[in-house]
Amino acid sequence: MCNNNLISLDQAEIGDCIKIKRLEVTGTMRRRLLDLGFVPSAKVVAVQKSPLGDPIAYEVSQTIIALRKEESSKIFGEVVKNESKTDD
Amino acid sequence: MNQKQTIKIALAGNPNVGKSTLFNTLTGLKQHTGNWPGKTVILAKGSFSYKGKDYTIYDLPGTYSLLSNSTDEEVARDFIVFEKPDITIVVLDATTIERNLNLALQVMEITDQVIICINLIDEAKKKGIIINENVMMDKLGVPVIKISARNKVGINLLLDTIDRMITGNISTTPYQIKYSNEVEEKLKQLIPKMDKIVGDDISPRWLALRLLDGDESILKTYMRRKQMGEGEEKSDGYK
Repeated sequence: MCNNNLISLDQAEIGDCIKIKRLEVTGTMRRRLLDLGFVPSAKVVAVQKSPLGDPIAYEVSQTIIALRKEESSKIFGEVVKNESKTDD
Repeated sequence: MNQKQTIKIALAGNPNVGKSTLFNTLTGLKQHTGNWPGKTVILAKGSFSYKGKDYTIYDLPGTYSLLSNSTDEEVARDFIVFEKPDITIVVLDATTIERNLNLALQVMEITDQVIICINLIDEAKKKGIIINENVMMDKLGVPVIKISARNKVGINLLLDTIDRMITGNISTTPYQIKYSNEVEEKLKQLIPKMDKIVGDDISPRWLALRLLDGDESILKTYMRRKQMGEGEEKSDGYK
């Protein structure tokens, strides 16, 4: 895979596993997201969309966290396809 | 050492890892524990004795971090920074260690009097999670103890470790995160300045890190507290 296929988390399909590359969020929210496990090189799985498509729930370090597009559109990573999540 | 004084212990940890359960186990209190986040809004305080020493234990609010500036995190952080517990016990959930270690590392940046308690060890076993506490102890440089607060597993070992840390029989060398060269360079410049202001009161490295993070609140709180305290102390011949 070439490395130009970064997508933002909100573009992920349900079931996609995304390896985070960078966050363009700033300030307290950035800190908060980092604390919750949205850190570069972490793998995140999009698990569920709400009826209107926003927010979207992601599984990150063994917990489900829902993010609004406001934040998820500023978190970028590459899709590392593995539908059935293998344990790490 | 003044043995008569009660020893201050703080319980820190993510929400819902069993801090309050451990608190109750240690103190025998029936402080209500609930299975939802954000339950411990303010500090609960209790006491117990072990091997002739009196302890006061503070149950801090559950937080993922000490940096995001929510009220809960501020309460927890200010307690560790300013009340300076003799020991801070960081309670981790054995089934989600990775997520929990963030807070542990943050606490270890503030103080080196840390014991890490891996709670819910029986739950982890059920899930097939095996934890090698010796490896963790080596890497983290502080005591790591596996417990089940609910089933009272490992509590004696914990009490013993507390006792040995207080009597000075255990010395810790908490793992310190090394930051990028750029940050470390700035730290080198800042730390001596911080050292002059806070001395031994707060870890100069930690305070410098917060300033680099853009957070001046700790330094401000420190100055305010110092001013308030100075009226009573009159430590040297300043006037």
